[in-house]
Amino acid sequence: MIHSLFILNKNCEVFFEKHWKSVVSRSVCDHFLEALNQASSPDDVPTAIGAPRHILINIYRNKLFFIAVVQGEVPPLFVIEFLHRVVDTITDYFSSCTELTIKDNSVVVFEILEEMLDNGYPLATELNVLKELIKPPSIVRNVMNTVTGSTNVGGQLPTGQLSNVPWRKVGVKYTNNEVYFDFVEELDVIIDKTGTTVFAEVNGAIKCQCKLSGMPDLVMTFTNPRMFDDLSFHPCIRYRRWENERVVSFVPPDGNFQLLSYRLGTNSVVAIPVYVKPTISFQGSSGRFEITVGPKQTMGKVVENVAISMTVPKVVSNVVLSNNPEGNFTYDPVSKTMRWEIGKVMHQKISTIRGSMPLQSGASAPDSNPTILVEFKVNQLAISNIKVNRLDIYGEKYKAFKGVKYITKAGKFQVRT
Amino acid sequence: MKEKPFHHRGEIFELKAELNSDKKDKKKEAVKKVIASMTVGKDVSSLFPDVINCMQTENLELKKLVYLYLMNYAKTQPDMAILAVNTFVKDCEDPNPLIRALAVRTMGCIRVDKITEYLCEPLRKCLKDEDPYVRKTAAVCVAKLHDINSQLVEDQGFLESLREILSDSNPMVVANAVASLSEIHKTSPNPTGVFDMNSGTVNKLLTALNECTEWGQIFILDAIAEYQPVSDREAQSIVERVTPRLSHANAAVVLSAVKVLMQMMEIIKNDQIIDQLSRKLAPTLVTLLSSEPEIQYVSLRNINLIVQKRPEILRNEIKAFFVKYNDPIYVKLEKLDIMIRLSTSSNIAQVLAELKEYATEVDVDFVRKSVRAIGRCAIKVEQAAEKCVSTLIDLIQTKVNYVVQEAVVVIRDIFRKYPNKYESIISTLCENLDSLDEPDAKASMIWIVGEYAERIDNADELLQSFLDGFHDETTQVQLQLLTAIVKLFLKRPADTQDLVQSVLSLVTQESDNPDLRDRGYIYWRLLSTDPAAAKEVVLAEKPLIAEETDLLEPTLLDELMCHISTLASVYHKPPSSFVEGNSPIRKLPIPRESTTSSDNTDAAENQVQTQQQPAAAAPAQPTVISTPQESAVAMDLLGDLASFDSTPSTTANDMYAPNVQPAGSSVIDLLSGTLDSLQMGGNTAGNQSGGLSSLSDMFSTGTSTFSEPKVVWLSAAQGKGLEISGTFSLRQNVVHMDMTFTNNAMQAMGGFAIQFNKNSFGLVPAAQLEVRSPLPPRQSADSSLQLKPLGAILKMDPLNKLQIAIKNSIDVFYFDVLIPYHVLFVEDGKLESREFLTQWKEIPNNSERSFDINNVPASSDAIENKLKMSNVFTVAKRNVDGQNMHYMSLKFTNNILVLAELKIQSGNPTLKLALKSSIAEVLPGVYQAFELILHS
Repeated sequence: MIHSLFILNKNCEVFFEKHWKSVVSRSVCDHFLEALNQASSPDDVPTAIGAPRHILINIYRNKLFFIAVVQGEVPPLFVIEFLHRVVDTITDYFSSCTELTIKDNSVVVFEILEEMLDNGYPLATELNVLKELIKPPSIVRNVMNTVTGSTNVGGQLPTGQLSNVPWRKVGVKYTNNEVYFDFVEELDVIIDKTGTTVFAEVNGAIKCQCKLSGMPDLVMTFTNPRMFDDLSFHPCIRYRRWENERVVSFVPPDGNFQLLSYRLGTNSVVAIPVYVKPTISFQGSSGRFEITVGPKQTMGKVVENVAISMTVPKVVSNVVLSNNPEGNFTYDPVSKTMRWEIGKVMHQKISTIRGSMPLQSGASAPDSNPTILVEFKVNQLAISNIKVNRLDIYGEKYKAFKGVKYITKAGKFQVRT
Repeated sequence: MKEKPFHHRGEIFELKAELNSDKKDKKKEAVKKVIASMTVGKDVSSLFPDVINCMQTENLELKKLVYLYLMNYAKTQPDMAILAVNTFVKDCEDPNPLIRALAVRTMGCIRVDKITEYLCEPLRKCLKDEDPYVRKTAAVCVAKLHDINSQLVEDQGFLESLREILSDSNPMVVANAVASLSEIHKTSPNPTGVFDMNSGTVNKLLTALNECTEWGQIFILDAIAEYQPVSDREAQSIVERVTPRLSHANAAVVLSAVKVLMQMMEIIKNDQIIDQLSRKLAPTLVTLLSSEPEIQYVSLRNINLIVQKRPEILRNEIKAFFVKYNDPIYVKLEKLDIMIRLSTSSNIAQVLAELKEYATEVDVDFVRKSVRAIGRCAIKVEQAAEKCVSTLIDLIQTKVNYVVQEAVVVIRDIFRKYPNKYESIISTLCENLDSLDEPDAKASMIWIVGEYAERIDNADELLQSFLDGFHDETTQVQLQLLTAIVKLFLKRPADTQDLVQSVLSLVTQESDNPDLRDRGYIYWRLLSTDPAAAKEVVLAEKPLIAEETDLLEPTLLDELMCHISTLASVYHKPPSSFVEGNSPIRKLPIPRESTTSSDNTDAAENQVQTQQQPAAAAPAQPTVISTPQESAVAMDLLGDLASFDSTPSTTANDMYAPNVQPAGSSVIDLLSGTLDSLQMGGNTAGNQSGGLSSLSDMFSTGTSTFSEPKVVWLSAAQGKGLEISGTFSLRQNVVHMDMTFTNNAMQAMGGFAIQFNKNSFGLVPAAQLEVRSPLPPRQSADSSLQLKPLGAILKMDPLNKLQIAIKNSIDVFYFDVLIPYHVLFVEDGKLESREFLTQWKEIPNNSERSFDINNVPASSDAIENKLKMSNVFTVAKRNVDGQNMHYMSLKFTNNILVLAELKIQSGNPTLKLALKSSIAEVLPGVYQAFELILHS
C-alpha cells in the first residue's frame, strides 16, 4: 500500500515528507522530476511513474505535487482518491492547502497524516473523526490550551469511528437548525465550426451545508427522479431506498459535504444558454477574427460572468482590436491567450469583438485554428431541469430551516473555430 | 556554506537541552520541533535517547509525538528502541482503548527484530480485545509483523486468528483483516492457504461490504475478485450484492466493483443478466470520465481493456470519448485509442469528423496518432474506407510534414486491405515524395511504388532516386527498396535490368547488414535460376490485413481482466513484469486454481493443447536450420521471405517500431557464409545445414536420456512474432530445456529472460537464459537452459505442468508446457534388491496402480536397455511360466521413489506394468513416461 508521501513545491523542492513504513529516501522523487521535465506542462505528467523499486503516483493541486510512493501492486485509484482526501483535509483544517500553510502547520499535518493511514492502509479519513482526534488549531483554543494545559489531541476514542454512521459524530448541537442544498450543474460542451453541438453533458452535484442537531434522518424527493443517467452517492445515502422508491434517504454528516453527484449523458438533449459564433481566418501575413456572443436557451434567466478565452497560434505576434467591445479585453503575449470578459448576457443583447492578428514576420499561416473556451454562470437555474419536490426531517423534533439553491455553470465548454 | 552543518549541530544541541527540560510545556514544544525537522527530511536521529525519555507521560499529545519519532528512527537505534518496550507493553493494558490501540499500532511500526518477540503477547490480546477499534488496529499489526518476521507470524498462529476475525461482528474489523490477509498473501514466501476463499468467507465479506468504510470496500471487493464462484447462481448473487457499489462516490470503489462484475460475467451464462449488467456498467464507466484527469486516465486504461473484452458494453457511448481541447495529453491519446475500438459503421461518420478535427491540433504526438486512427478506421469499417481515404488526401494537401508522413504509412495499410481500389491517389502521394524523411514513411512509399510499379510510369526513376542515397538509408528502407526494385524488374523486365543489377550488387557487396545481404543473394539466385518461380514468390498474393489492430493478446487480456483497477491494468502488463517480489509470477491464475478449477485455466490449457497439436502433427514445420533435408535451408528461407515481403497483418504494427538493429555478431557472419556457398552450389548448402544440426545433435549425445522432438510452445502469433519451440531432456543428470527461438517479427529482439512459476517439482533455471541477442528478424537461435530442482514447490494440475514466462524487448509472454516425466528420473535411482523388497512391502497396496502398455514388440533385453537409458533401472529379473518379470526402480529429482513390476510375455506385445510409490499421484505420470520411452 502507500509507503510514503512527498509534497513538492513549484520549484520542485521536497518541503514535506511522511513515511508510513520504513523511510524511503527522497531521491526517489528524481524519477518524478525526470518525468516532469519531459512533460510539456505540469498537468501532463503521467499519473503513475515507475522507479526501480517503487511506483510514484502523483497529483498536481494548487501548484503543489503530491507524490505517493507505493511498492508492488496497488489499486492506483485508491491512492489517487486518498491523495485527494489529503488535500481536502488540509484545506478544511487550515482553510487553504498551500506550501505556506503546510509548512506553518507541519506538525499538525504530520499528526493528521499519521491518523489517516496505518501501515499504508486508511485508518481515519472522515473529517468528523479526524477533528475529534486532532482538533483544528484556532486562536481561541491556543489561548485555552496555554491556560488549562489541555492539548489539541483528543484523548477519547472518536464516537464516529465504529458506529454504523461513521461520518457523523454524536452530540451535535445547534441553536438554529438549518440545512442548505446547492445544486451545482456544470455544462460540458463541444461545439464545432458550423455551430453544431458535437457533445453535451451535464455534470451535477448536490453540495450540502448541514447544521442540524442530534441524529436527523433526511429524505429528499425529486419531481423528476428518473432523468439521471448515472449517480454517485455519498456513503450516507441508502442505496436500496433509491433503487426501490427513488428517494434520497440519509443521515447527513455534520458540516459541508457533497451529497451526491449525477450525470445527464450524451444521449439526452441538453439546453445551451449561450451561443458563440467565431469567424477566424488567416490571409497573407495577418489573421482576422470576429466573435459574437449572445443568449440562446436561457429560460428567462440572466447569464452572468460570461467570458471567453482563446490561445492564439504561436505564429501570431500580437492581437489588435478593431472595435470597442463591452466588458474587459486582455491579451497576454507570453501565454498568447486573449480573454474577453463580457459580463451579463441578456435577452436580445448581442456582443461582438473584432480584430486582427498580425503574424510574426516570415511565418506562414498556422495549420489549425484555436479553440475558444467559454465561461458563464446562471443563477437559479438547473439546466437539467431537476427539481426538489420536498425535504423531510425525521428522528428529531425541532423545526429546521431548509434551503435549496440551483446554479448552472460552464464546465469544459469549448467552441472549435 | 560551512556554516550550515554547524548551525544544524547548534540546533540539535539546543533541542537536546529543551528535551531534557523539567517543564512539561517546553518538552512538548521541543518534541514538536524535532518532528517538524523530520517533516522536512532533516536527520534528528541523534536525539533518540532524549526523545525516548519523554515517553513516560500522561499527556497524550506528547506521547503520540514521541511515538511518531520512534517509528521513524527505531531502526537506526535498535538497542535504544528496546528501552521503549516496557512502556508499550504497559500501554497495551491501558483502560483507554485509544491508548491500547496506539501502543499496538506503534509497536508494529518499529521495524526492529528484537521488539517482535515482545509484541506477540500484547498483539494476541489485542486481537481479542473487547473494543473493535483495538481489534481492527491489531489486524493491521499482524501484516506489519509478517513483514518483519513472517515465520514468527505463522508459528504463533496469528494467521488463524486473522481468519477467525473475518467473522467479526464489526465490518471495519473484517475489512482490516481482509486487507491484512491480502497483503500477507501477496508477500508470503508460501502463500498457499493464507487466504483461501470459499463461499462461506465470501458471504461474510459480502455482508460486511455494505457496512464498512469506502477503503474497506475496496479491500473486500478486491478479495472477492480473487474468488471463483462454484456455480452460475452463486455468481449471480455476488453480482446482485456488488452492483450497488457502482454508485459509490469513491472512484476506486467503483472500479473494484467493476472488476468483480466483469469476472462474474465470465461465469454467468444467462444472457439476459449479462445484458442487464452491461447496461448498468455503461453509465458508471462514463461517469468516471467526468472526474479529475488522473482518475480519468486510470479509468480509460481500464476501459480500454473492457472494450477489447466486451465491446458491446460501451457501444452507444462513443461520444463520451470525444477529446476535449484541454484534456491532458495522456488522456487524449487514450481516448483516441478507445474511439477506434468503438467505431462501427453506424457511428463512423461522427468518429471521422472528430478525427479530422484532431488531425489539425497543435500537439504533434496527438496529431500523428489521429492520422493513424483514420487509417485504422478505414481498415476496420469498410463502408467508411472511401471517406477515410479522401480525408487522408485532404490532410496530405495541408503539406504539414509529419501529417503527410503519417498519412503515407497508413495509406500503405489501406492498400493492403483493399487492393486495386484506391490506386488513383498514388499520383497525389508521389507529389509529396520529397518531403518524406522518416524511415517508416519512406519504406511505406517505396512499398507502394514497388507494389504498383506497373501503374506508375516513372516508377524506375522514383526508385532510382531513392537508390542514389542508398547508403544513408536505414535498413528498413534499404530492405524495402531492394524488394521494390525486384518487383519492378519482374513487372517491367525490359527497361529495369540495370536498376536491379545495381541494387543487387549494392546490397551483396557493399552492405554490412546480414539481413540485407541474405535477401539480396536470395533474390539474385532466384532471378538467375528461375524467373518464373521468382515471380511466383515475390509477387505472390498477400494475405489480407486483419481488421482490428493493436489488440492485446487474448491470454494477456484475460489475465489483465483479473487485474482491473490495479497498476497492471494501467500498464497493460502482467504484475510480474513490474512488481518486485520473491515469486514474481505468482499472480498468474494460480490462486484461482487452488480454490476450484476455473474456466479460465481450462481455456488456457486447451490453448496449450491446440498449440501443441498441429506442431506434433507436422513435425517437419520449418525451423530453418534443424531440418537436415537437402536444400531445405534455401527453401525455407524463401518461404519465410515470401511471407516477409507480404507482411502478415499481425506484424504490420512492427513496422512502426524503430528500425532493425544491424547485428554484427560472428554467428551471423558464419551463417551468411553458408549462404555464400549456397550461391555456389545447392548441395553444399544442404550439407552445411546438416552439419549444423548434427552439431546440435552432438549436444544431446553422451549420458543423456532420449528426448522428444521439439514442439511449438509459443506460436509466433501469440508471441508477437517470437516463436519458441522446445523440448526437455536429461543430460549429465541435469534437466535441460532445449529451445529454439525464432524471430518472425520484422525487428530485432533482445533482452531475453525467463522465469518459471512455482511447480510440482520445484524446477528453476540454474543459469541465465542465453539467447543470441539481438536476434535479427527471420533468424532462429537455439538455447539450452539447465534446470535445477531447488525452487519453491507448488502442486500443479497436472503435476508436470510448468508455467513459463519469457521476456524479450517486445513484451512478456506466458505459456504452459508439460514436462515429460522421464527427464525427471535421476541416475542414482537404482535400489539394491533387498532394499527394493522392504520398500515394496512398506508401501501400502492402495498406492499401487496397474497399467497395460500395448504394442511393444521389442525383446525383454531391449526393453531393459531402453528403460535403463532413461534411468529406469532393473533391480532383479525372474522368469515365471514363460513370463519375464522385471523389478525396477526409479527416482525423481525430488527424491520420490517409484517401484515397478513389468511383466513381459514373449510374443505378446502387451506389457503389464504395476507401479508403487508412497506418493501415488505421480504414478499415472510414470506410466506415461514408460509409454513414451518404450515407444520411442
